[in-house]
Amino acid sequence: MIKVTIDNIPVEVEDGTTILQAARKIGGKVVPPAMCYYTNLKGSGGKCRTCLVKVAQSSVKDPRPMAKLVASCSTPVQDGMVVQNLTSPEVVEARKGVVEFLLLNHPLDCPVCDQAGECDLQDLSFGYGMEETATEEERREFPVKDIGENIQLHMNRCILCYRCVYVADQLTDKRLHGILYRGDVSEISTFISNSVTNDFSGNMIDVCPVGALTDKTFRFKSRVWFLKPMNAHRSCSTCTGKVTAWMFGNEIYRVTGRKDRFGEVEEFICNECRYEKKTLNDWEIEGPRRIKRQSVISANHYEEMKKQSVIKPIEGLMEPPE
Amino acid sequence: MGGKVLLANVDIPGIRGFDTYRAHGGYIAVEKALREMTATEVSLEVHKSGLRGRGGAGFPTGLKWSFLDRKSDKPRYLVCNADESEPGTFKDRYLMHHLPHLLLEGLIISSYALGVETCYIYIRGEFKYLVGVLEKAIKEAYQHGFLGERILGTGFSLKIYVHPGAGAYICGEETALLESLEGKRGNPRIKPPFPAFKGLYGCPTVVNNVETLAAVGPIINMGGEAYAKIGRGRSTGTKLISACGHINNPGVYEIEMGLPVEDFIYAPRYCGGIANDKLLKAVIPGGSSVPILPADLILNTAQGEQRLMTFESLAEGDFESGTMLGSGGFIVLDEDACIVRNTLNLTRFYRHESCGQCSPCREGTGWMEKVLHRIEHGEGKMSDIDLLVRVAKNIEGNTICPLGDAAAWPVASAIRHFRREFVYHVKFPEVVKNIDHGAIQSDTELLIPDSGTGIKYW
Ligand SMILES: Cc1cc2nc3c(=O)[nH]c(=O)nc-3n(C[C@H](O)[C@H](O)[C@H](O)COP(=O)(O)O)c2cc1C
Ligand code: SF4
Ligand code: SF4
Ligand code: FES
Repeated sequence: MIKVTIDNIPVEVEDGTTILQAARKIGGKVVPPAMCYYTNLKGSGGKCRTCLVKVAQSSVKDPRPMAKLVASCSTPVQDGMVVQNLTSPEVVEARKGVVEFLLLNHPLDCPVCDQAGECDLQDLSFGYGMEETATEEERREFPVKDIGENIQLHMNRCILCYRCVYVADQLTDKRLHGILYRGDVSEISTFISNSVTNDFSGNMIDVCPVGALTDKTFRFKSRVWFLKPMNAHRSCSTCTGKVTAWMFGNEIYRVTGRKDRFGEVEEFICNECRYEKKTLNDWEIEGPRRIKRQSVISANHYEEMKKQSVIKPIEGLMEPPE
Repeated sequence: MGGKVLLANVDIPGIRGFDTYRAHGGYIAVEKALREMTATEVSLEVHKSGLRGRGGAGFPTGLKWSFLDRKSDKPRYLVCNADESEPGTFKDRYLMHHLPHLLLEGLIISSYALGVETCYIYIRGEFKYLVGVLEKAIKEAYQHGFLGERILGTGFSLKIYVHPGAGAYICGEETALLESLEGKRGNPRIKPPFPAFKGLYGCPTVVNNVETLAAVGPIINMGGEAYAKIGRGRSTGTKLISACGHINNPGVYEIEMGLPVEDFIYAPRYCGGIANDKLLKAVIPGGSSVPILPADLILNTAQGEQRLMTFESLAEGDFESGTMLGSGGFIVLDEDACIVRNTLNLTRFYRHESCGQCSPCREGTGWMEKVLHRIEHGEGKMSDIDLLVRVAKNIEGNTICPLGDAAAWPVASAIRHFRREFVYHVKFPEVVKNIDHGAIQSDTELLIPDSGTGIKYW
């Protein structure tokens, strides 16, 4: 086991753990926001740069600070490492900059976006962004596309986190989906307008942190905060059949994977469970699922919303872990 | 030809062919290394020579080689970075074009030192005509027993392949290069792991620049210590400088490290002074990524010491008043050059070449280009100048690979040293719209006086 300190809070983790995972072990405010990293997707992370932290001391052996801020999702901890997240003004500033970059070309069409209310970018900009926008430049625009029968792609909203690419790569057998072009004209696309049809392709929707990939069977059906998330299961030959069913009264409006408190699905589910099983008869309902989001819902309870700012380096705990 | 190490024989007719090259001392270094030295001894000579990477970062080559994971039982690879796409840098092209066998010698000896049996030359796609040149040289080397199985009857075998890229600057970044070589999209990898442990196909790999590897043959010939005597301080040996811009003699020059910058610009055997009897305004001395410096600061440091062509001297003053030797792409701007337009041009390049993986670089380069475009076209606001500084700062250091820094530095340094020119663009939009050269040279108040070096400059 290795000892590290994050925002003054000590924690012990296994060798090879990343700073982000160590912070998640502590929980609460020390956890840096992660827009591209996804535990279950190999190779993900390092791209969005929202999880940047400062390493004030590299290890017991090498007490020097690291020269640059590092991506906590892809930097392994070392014994005696001292990490600053919200206690470093530099980190808070840099993160503000990253949020600004992510919003620079974002259409801000939340009022007509199905993701609103459960969008990581909304949460991120609320938690870490600036109040005003400095850009007066035109935003880049792409046409809306269908990629397969059940998924719609709004490339304008995409933050190029590559998560869906890893889903396509790791969960489906024939990868038809990837990134075209480069730089700020990169776009998610399929190979010569092919449809994405594989059994597990729907998980792209769940991993997408924004409203770029949305479920067409749920399109414009309801705002998510009017729905009750319920844990449900069925016996399924393709996946484990453990899902969250989003209900209004006795109706199931949509089915998604079960997301943990860091917004990551616990188990990927198959397309049959996601798109085709939408009646109460299909599912055993277990009970309500607690969802913690800054921006909106938890079975209609708004959780405390708070703007993150620099925390003064204080002795001891900043806040009891969750 | 005194002082030349790499280009000593470049003027001999036919030196590109094996026979002429061999007749002028070619492949003696290979024979010496393979027959008389162990791999460790070769590495030691390179270490002693103090050779530092010529691809831009100036990392000590001996040290880089020592990081190579020798415990792994996987094959090891040597990759020669011939992607040379940095605006202003065209020295590797010259070297490969005229002296392909010098590069091959370096590759053979380095592979021997590193225990490598397969070596790749990753060459910029636009250098298609050089692929043939290199492949011909490789064929000749095979024919004469310097490549292939059991070279010179020793136990050492080596294959070299030439692999052209598809025209992306980012594939010069070593990990993007490896991805591209593996047949994938050329996105830089997240480090660690470094290529020395997990490089090409997950195997231990060394990536070195063309010029770095070409220097290995001469180092073996003359001995590491002798090589280290050339140059100055920790900048040992010679450096190829590709000089361009408003000078009388653009071209590729081999200089001994430590040459005063002033001599390099004004001496007839090098750049030969500023073209058309104009005055010197600014220099970007190490390829487009390094900070631009105004004439007074490129000739002398802020402390008033003469600036030399070394890694250390050019960096003197850090980002406040210094720059970098980089890859040796020496770009000279005369008094008529418009810094705003020049910066816009460079920013456009970085925006176009960003791989788009990480948000600060993907979004920030485009933003800076748009703002610079407005300022250059007389539509800028005073606040735009500080906005640029802020955007550059938010990119710098926060990205996956150094392309983000490379995009931020030109903008940050141009504003640091030529802020008045940006201000002028904002204040006099009508003037800048109608002229296509530096906007403020007529504004006498803004001229920097001759500092008494005897050379007139802005
Ligand atoms: C955006 C970018 C482009 C680069 N392009 C080149 C290049 O064209 N040629 C090169 O030798 N090194 C290039 N480099 C540097 C390489 O990543 C690497 O440091 C170099 O090949 C190492 O060789 P050296 O140690 O011999 O200098 C580039 C780096 C970056 C970040
Ligand atoms: S579509 Fe969604 S998951 Fe895919 S790269 Fe864009 S933001 Fe990420
Ligand atoms: S800094 Fe730019 S070029 Fe480098 S990985 Fe990030 S987006 Fe790609
Ligand atoms: S979550 Fe670490 S860089 Fe995106």
